[in-house]
Order: sequence, then C-alpha cells, then structure tokens
Amino acid sequence: MNETEVYEKVVKVITPFAKNAEALESVSAETSILDDLQVNSARLVDIVLEFEDEFDIEVEDEAADSIVTVGDAVKLIVQQTS
Amino acid sequence: MSRRVVVTGMGVLAPNAHGLDAFEQALRDGVSGIRFIEAMAENKFACHVAGAPQGVDELKEQYLSAEDLMAMNQSMIFTAIAGLDCWRDAGLPEPGIASPVDWDTGAIIGTGIGGMDTIAEKLIPRVNAGKVRRLGSTLVEQVMSSSVSAKLGGLLGLGGQVTTNSSACTTGTEAVVDAWINIREGRAKRMMAGGTEAASHYIWSGFDAMRVLNRGSNDAPEKASRPMSASAGGFIPGSGAGFLMLEELNSAVARGARIYAEVAGGNVNSGGHRGGGSMTAPNPEGVVRCVQAALRTAGLGGHEVDAVNGHLTATFADPKEIANWQKALGVPADEFPLINSTKSMVGHGLGAAGGIECVATVLQLHREFIHGSLNCEDLHPEIEPVASSVIHETMPFHGEVIAKSSFGFGDVNGCVIFKKWSD
Repeated sequence: MNETEVYEKVVKVITPFAKNAEALESVSAETSILDDLQVNSARLVDIVLEFEDEFDIEVEDEAADSIVTVGDAVKLIVQQTS
Repeated sequence: MSRRVVVTGMGVLAPNAHGLDAFEQALRDGVSGIRFIEAMAENKFACHVAGAPQGVDELKEQYLSAEDLMAMNQSMIFTAIAGLDCWRDAGLPEPGIASPVDWDTGAIIGTGIGGMDTIAEKLIPRVNAGKVRRLGSTLVEQVMSSSVSAKLGGLLGLGGQVTTNSSACTTGTEAVVDAWINIREGRAKRMMAGGTEAASHYIWSGFDAMRVLNRGSNDAPEKASRPMSASAGGFIPGSGAGFLMLEELNSAVARGARIYAEVAGGNVNSGGHRGGGSMTAPNPEGVVRCVQAALRTAGLGGHEVDAVNGHLTATFADPKEIANWQKALGVPADEFPLINSTKSMVGHGLGAAGGIECVATVLQLHREFIHGSLNCEDLHPEIEPVASSVIHETMPFHGEVIAKSSFGFGDVNGCVIFKKWSD
C-alpha cells in the first residue's frame, strides 16, 4: 500500500470522529486531529483501534501518543506496514 | 414565600407513540405498545412480550450526529430524543455545538437500571476475552449511572445541576419531585426532569426470573398488560423516556412560555422495609404518608383530588395500592376519584415509568381528557367497591387536580400533585 492509499484510508477512519466538518473539506497532512478537526481527545484511542483493524498492525501506546496530525498517523502506519 | 413551579415543555418516547400529539392520540385511542420480542422468546424467557419504542433507528439519525451516536447506548438515545423534544417544546433556543451555556437550566434524568445493554453486549464479552484494550474510549460514559443526564446536558448546553437519580420504579416521579424542590427553593429557574430506560432483554431477565412478569399472554401481546384486572398475572416490561420542563412561574411568564400545568406539590419517602414493606413490597403506611405529605405541600385535601394516575402495574399489589389511596385520600368508596393506569398501554417502563406517566398525566389535565385503562373489564374483586371510578373508555375530563404516584423496589414511594393551569 503506497502513502497516498494510506493517507486516504486514514482520513476515512478519522472522518466520523471529526466535529469540524469544514476543516475536513480542506484536510491535509498538516491538519491537527484534535485542534483542527476537533476530535474529542478521548476518541484518539478509538481511532488507533480502527487503524489497527484497517491496516492489520499493532500500535504501541507510546507511538499512539506521538500522533498529532494526519501526516503523523500516515507516517506511523507506512513505517509499520512496509 | 415558596416559588410556584409550572410545566412549560414535555417530551416523550413511549412504546405506543413518539411525540406529544401522537402520544395523546394513542392514549385517547387506547393503543397498546406491547409487542412480541424475539430476544425474549429465543432466550427462553417465560414472558415473550414487552413495550419498546418503535422506529428509533430512523429517529436517532434525525436527532443525533454520527459522532454523538458512537458513544450512546439505548437509554442515552431515548433520553436525547425525548430531551430534545422537551427542550424545543418549551420554546427554548435551538441548541448547537457552539450555542452558549444556559446557566439557568439543569436536569434530573433518572434511570432505574442504566447501561445494561452496553455492559452485556460489549463490556463483559470483551473483558472476559482478555480484550480490555478493545473496549475503546466510549465504555465509561455509557455505563456510568449518570450517562443519560451527562449526555443530555452536553447536547443542550446546560449549566445548572445535571444529575441522575435512581430509585427503581419510582425514579421518574422522584426526578420530578426533586426538580420541583430545586426550583421552589430558588436553586434553578428551570429543570428538565423525568426518567428513561432502555429496551433490553438483559434488563428484563431478572424480573422474568422473579416470576413477576405476565407469562400467560404471549400469544396476545395487547392483552398482556392488565392492571386492576382479576386476571392480572404480572407486569409487562416497558421502556422509553418521558420528561417535563419544570420552570419557575415568573420565568415562564416573563418569556411568554406556554404553561401546561402547575406542579402544586410532591413528596418522596420510603417505608423502611417494615410493617409489611420489604425490598420488593411497599409498607402501606409509607405509601399513605407519601400521598398525604404531597397533598399537604399542595395545600389540598384528599377530597380535592379529581383523578389518580396510579402506579398500577398488574401485579398482586394493585388492590393494595387502591386501598392505600382510599386511606390516604380519606374519601368513601363512592367518592373515590377517577383512576387509570397508563401501564395498561405501555407496560411498566421501570425507571422511565414515572416520567412517561407524568407526561400522560399533564396531557390529560391540559387537553381535558382522561384515558381508559385497557384489559381490566374483569375488575379485581377487591377493586369492585371503587368500580365506578375506574376509567375503561377515554372520556372528557374537566377536573383541576390529578395525583400521580410511583412505587418502587426498595420500598420507595413518590407522588406528584399536578394542578390545571388557567391564566
């Protein structure tokens, strides 16, 4: 799976958790999941669980804590799947 | 001087209707909300019928965002639907994600059991499989006792006290009494109050095991809930949500709110598991004291009660309840007020019962009708002395006062006195 495919799937996973629909329309790798998309911080746990299911990976807690932007998530997943 | 408290909004999601107009029509027409429940039959319950609100899957999409629904179980969804209806019915500003906090409004949203569906379907299977991590972030907010009030408070932006009470089948009525006290004492301008309960066979299972559910009408669901009947064989479990917006009179008048009725008085107490009372049965003296104390707070005598919306579940306790009412009101049998049981149509909504039935009571006062009780053509012999008071067919009603009571496991009692409002 290439980086573009991962990016698209990451956005798809995050979308239902985002409270800011406008920010979703202009989403990019630099978009902050909490600040820009206004995802409830508690829900990062659920997003990581969905990444694990979607990409068949296991994300350690420390690695999960390092995810701030959409690009962070893509980078982590690409590393784990390559 | 105590402040006066009025009802300025209502919301209801009941097994036989959603929304005030539909609920009024269902009550008037004697529409039963009791249906066959596959999960009860499949899982070898003795009782296969119950009351559950219909069309909730479609409704929830209209009322709630996908993001909200990720962390909401049934009782929270029922609460949100009836709560948003109640808020809008009260004519308050449409809430949104960026709407301001309403510091003057609180909520007491009770539930008897709570998030049992979440516990049964998610928590226990995953924990037992060693998959605690897979529970995700949404478990706690669905299983904490206050999940229903907490979510509603967020949806509406409430800034007053937001809490959940729980006192078994008295829950919804107790919430109304507690909210009334809060407003009367000046602690809040407005409080939404009532009860909610999920439609889950896991909730109903323990009652089935106690043999307190009617197991004899599985082939005739609409005949199954038989309060006051000689052939009553136990209650039929129900579910849903019913809320009232209670408001301080001056606040209601200042904003030109429609007033449905006045909450003239109320009381909650318990019987101490003495004098015939137990965990599962009421001490008659407690019931009598509760009703009389409620009447005292309203400044009314027993003879001034025009109608009673009873607890009346269709167990052996119905004749005893009627006897307690007679004693509490101190009126001879031929002067006993009109009496009906909303549970004959919707079943016993447990924690939701008091809320749904308070909505039914206020609707009857405001819209001047009194609904018939289904399935009591064969009145219990001990109720025969007040037979002329039992409403079988809906009829016009121009009374001024209806007393609503609820009694629950734990030997707990609640009574609210609603008075007709006239400008």
